[in-house]
Amino acid sequence: MKEEIIIAGFGGQGVLSMGKILAYSAIMQDMEVTWMPSYGPEMRGGTANVCVIISDRKIGSPIVTKYDTAIVLNQQSLDKFENAVKPGGLLIYDPSGITREPVRKDIQICRIDAISHAAELGNAKVYNMVVLGAFLKMHPVVEQKNVRKGLEKSIPARYSDLIDLNEKAIAEGMKHVVSVNQI
Amino acid sequence: MAEKVLMKGNEAIAISAIRNGVDGYFGYPITPQSEVMETLMKEKPWETTGMVVLQAESEVSSINMVYGGASCGKKVMTSSSSPGISLMCEGISYMAGAELPCVVVDVMRGGPGLGTIQPSQGDYNQIVKGGGHGDYHNIVIAPASAQDMYDFVDWGFELAFKYRNPVVVLADGVIGQMMEKVEIHPPKPRMTDEEIRTKAPWATVGKPASRERNIITSLSLDSDTQEAFNRKLHAKYSEIQEKEVKFTEYMTEDAEYLFTAFGCSSRICEAAVDMLRAEGIKAGLLRPVTLFPFPYKEISRLASQVKSIMSIELNFGQMVEDVRLGAENKCPVGFYGRQGGNIYTPEEVAEEFRKFNNIK
Repeated sequence: MKEEIIIAGFGGQGVLSMGKILAYSAIMQDMEVTWMPSYGPEMRGGTANVCVIISDRKIGSPIVTKYDTAIVLNQQSLDKFENAVKPGGLLIYDPSGITREPVRKDIQICRIDAISHAAELGNAKVYNMVVLGAFLKMHPVVEQKNVRKGLEKSIPARYSDLIDLNEKAIAEGMKHVVSVNQI
Repeated sequence: MAEKVLMKGNEAIAISAIRNGVDGYFGYPITPQSEVMETLMKEKPWETTGMVVLQAESEVSSINMVYGGASCGKKVMTSSSSPGISLMCEGISYMAGAELPCVVVDVMRGGPGLGTIQPSQGDYNQIVKGGGHGDYHNIVIAPASAQDMYDFVDWGFELAFKYRNPVVVLADGVIGQMMEKVEIHPPKPRMTDEEIRTKAPWATVGKPASRERNIITSLSLDSDTQEAFNRKLHAKYSEIQEKEVKFTEYMTEDAEYLFTAFGCSSRICEAAVDMLRAEGIKAGLLRPVTLFPFPYKEISRLASQVKSIMSIELNFGQMVEDVRLGAENKCPVGFYGRQGGNIYTPEEVAEEFRKFNNIK
């Protein structure tokens, strides 16, 4: 099993930490991971992305150009990564971040209205966990109990009271993710 | 069981320094390695192990603080990225001349000049062939994972003290910025004053009546004395070449074609080897782990076995010169490189391999 995922959006949407929590959850499941961020000038201009690879074998190249899953949270990221999804792969997007719908017919496309679900939970910061829930519903690459452990490892001890809220946000994402096409 | 933690290569350097009893870190921030000092500042090791962490006013200061600490037999280190390392090269030359142990981490970015903050392997010649002035060598070790970053701090100090020589951990932006699983081992304490006196009898730690003064210097104005010292250094480098070569091989046993690559490039080549093997092409990979000393003998051995060798580097042809020396004209040696932070994919490497070897 090997899953290559690109997560992309604006700085501040929690793209990097979503990738980190996913990667940590996979470590808790005794899998191999790489987490490779963009750290260049484009990041300083506002967009951020991270490539997470999860595998049950040692990972050779941490650099890939085709992904099993693209999670895109703004228009620039959709433009950049829609065509980088492998045929039969998965694209997840947040409709509030984009101005045009994805057009690929050979991949599974899902939407998650994460902003409003995060707002319902009373904390906009768990936005990224709603999105992570949507992904884990579609591709359950890590078990829920290991996601909990991943959260415990990733969230600094002083915020440990937020672990339950993050877990709840993941559950909301799982509940509300919508598949918009059939392949 | 060792604890498994998700961390960046840069963070692994910092955590490893604290857990392996390093006495001092002196540095100046620069992308893509700033997390080393950030992590140290966050961990506050001065409150636990007593390790000193200090942001100097420049790279020139940091390396000279390292010189001072090393003179006292302390395990001291610094880290930087390419332009900062250039500033340190004078100090590194002085340390090689004064035979002082230290670990310097270079998380390479693109150059020349200020270049780019993206990953590169353009400092191979600078670090492996010298860097500063004078006839000296750094011991150079090249990590390819966050685990290597963690492990190479301790290994680096072991080599540095064994040979009284600067050790450079030659990493790149990919290895520094990427997070991976790292196994953390039980902590080692810092050396006691007694241990320093035993392990580093040359250190300037206060002269007891029982011995002569210890002098730390790289200055020698008498021709014969200087030449004798150069001979001594040369003998040391020969011993290092004899004893410390380290490399890894991937699928070389029955290989008909060989890739050579270090650091992050070796991982991309590993994936390219898998791709070519799936097509029935018997490719293999030799990854030099030590760049000085370089695995010339192993390349010579494999050059007798394979039809060709291709060196894959994030520069426009540096390590390939050493690969050619090793191959001794026994087979053709090719090269492919990228620059500016553009990183080849395994597919691209496989494609360039087919072009070089005329395989359709």
